[in-house]
Amino acid sequence: MSEYKGVMVFGEIIEGKLAPITIELLGGGRGLADNLGEELSLVLLGSGIGDLGKEAIAFGADKVYVVDDPLLKDYQTDSYVAVMEKVVKQVSPNILLIGQTAMGRDLAPRLAFRLDTAVSMDCVELSIDPDSKLLLQTRPVYGGNARAIYTCEGTKPQIATVRAKAMDPLERDDARKGEVITIESGLDPSLIRTKVVDKVKEEVAGIKLEDADVVVCGGRGMGSAEAFQELEPLAKALGAAIGATRPPCDNGWVLASLQVGLTGKIVSPTLYIAVALSGSSQHMAGCSGSKNIIAINKDAEANIFKEARFGVVGDYKKVLPAFTAKVKELLG
Amino acid sequence: MPNMVVCVKQIADPEAPAGSFKVDESTKTVIPAAGVEQVVSPFDEQATEAAVRLKDAHGGKITTLSLGKDFVMDKIKKPLAMGADELILLQDPAFEGGDSGSTAYALAMAIKKIGEYDIIFCGRQAADWDAGQVGSGIAELLGIPSVTLAKNVELLDGKVKVERVVTDGYEVIEVSTPVLITVSNELGEPRYPTLKGIMSAKTKPVSTWTAQDIGADSSKLGTAGSRTKLLKLFIPVKEAKCEIIEGENVEDAAVNLALKLREVKLI
Repeated sequence: MSEYKGVMVFGEIIEGKLAPITIELLGGGRGLADNLGEELSLVLLGSGIGDLGKEAIAFGADKVYVVDDPLLKDYQTDSYVAVMEKVVKQVSPNILLIGQTAMGRDLAPRLAFRLDTAVSMDCVELSIDPDSKLLLQTRPVYGGNARAIYTCEGTKPQIATVRAKAMDPLERDDARKGEVITIESGLDPSLIRTKVVDKVKEEVAGIKLEDADVVVCGGRGMGSAEAFQELEPLAKALGAAIGATRPPCDNGWVLASLQVGLTGKIVSPTLYIAVALSGSSQHMAGCSGSKNIIAINKDAEANIFKEARFGVVGDYKKVLPAFTAKVKELLG
Repeated sequence: MPNMVVCVKQIADPEAPAGSFKVDESTKTVIPAAGVEQVVSPFDEQATEAAVRLKDAHGGKITTLSLGKDFVMDKIKKPLAMGADELILLQDPAFEGGDSGSTAYALAMAIKKIGEYDIIFCGRQAADWDAGQVGSGIAELLGIPSVTLAKNVELLDGKVKVERVVTDGYEVIEVSTPVLITVSNELGEPRYPTLKGIMSAKTKPVSTWTAQDIGADSSKLGTAGSRTKLLKLFIPVKEAKCEIIEGENVEDAAVNLALKLREVKLI
């Protein structure tokens, strides 16, 4: 299967810009491509893509394939899978990287089945095996309790979806040279069997969880929606975003979009203050990339103390007011 | 009245303490921990819940389909106790050692044998291998549309309306049947089976199908049909060194924590 060459990244566009995950994948993909001595390309699907190709080159792509079609304005499984099938068959990449996002986790498996190959979902590490030159795909399994390393030997492309913040972006370099190539979508609108009839934003006031440098996260031990409001003064003082583990979201104490964990958002702030949460592996899957975890929990045996740098053993109802007051005082 | 199929997987309880979790690196398998129960994967319970809600509103039939081995009958029958009508178990050594691709193939062949279906439900991922691709795979193999990560599913004038979870909210998607839908945890807690439900589950039909029963090509099943190869399975090493901040009382410890964070320039 020597005709399959190159590393291809599936790009995502958010509000007219390359998504952070796409820039990360270009950084990670560049390393893999250089290791193999192959080319790095980016595919951009959308409507009115404009100059993003140049930006992708500045972040490491050698080639950018642009498919611009009004039918691609919204992500829909049928349209995106059909166009990606066409692009992959035309370019024949050796490796295809896709973000583990709402879009990627829908697109990747269906595309892999369409192309008669396989995909490893939610990888946190990718490398090239020095002997076989195959892509080694490392992914957390069992809710983050274990890690598994896979290869895909017999079929191409080797496809992996990659978790946010797992790869480092390159410094933007506008002097970098590359080529932008337009591909016709060739889409038959009758193939699109779903219709997006509405989009509902559940935006949270304040700083976005994914972007925050400080996160204050509450767990099951908070006990109620009202209790979560007690996190707000601390979050405000620290300029932090508020997050939650899965039980508070499932119980409706907070918006589901606040969930940090395997089935929620993946964050990696400098400071992560974990309040009344046990540190289940499903939750740690979403925050273990944090640089400093601080634990406040009344159970000294809670797993979160195994993950934390500093901790206080005590009921958050007593710890939090005193801690918040002192933080406010120190920050003036 | 919709004909529904729900795919479920029996797994070791994912809520079991992380400390009890062990793997055998030589065989690349998980060592079953003593005392950890088998359960229906939580997302698959939510898929069942989505189907039972539609049945409550519109009637219809729910067939639960599960591929696996060593089934614990009172566990795998939970969907029947929740309101499903029939259970089909896919059990055959030929299915073992498979990956997402071969599993999706076997389930798709079984669904073809079931024949009539309007909506197929799957959980967003199984809470053991966390791959999240069998649902989309089944849809692709059956040539039907799929909507993933649903938090609400309704049936309106013969169309299916799905609220699909995205990063900053949700999208409302309209699609005709037949369709495959994967269900996310945002759907909410699945119902607890009532005593009546548990009793009625005892008399609901349960069948077991083999690879031959579903007319599957054995080269596409189990280990033979796997395109991915598991090279290594291991537990990542953690560097555990938490400094517990003390004080005269809890409030004092909280103050000391703030001082400590300032000292190391974290605030």
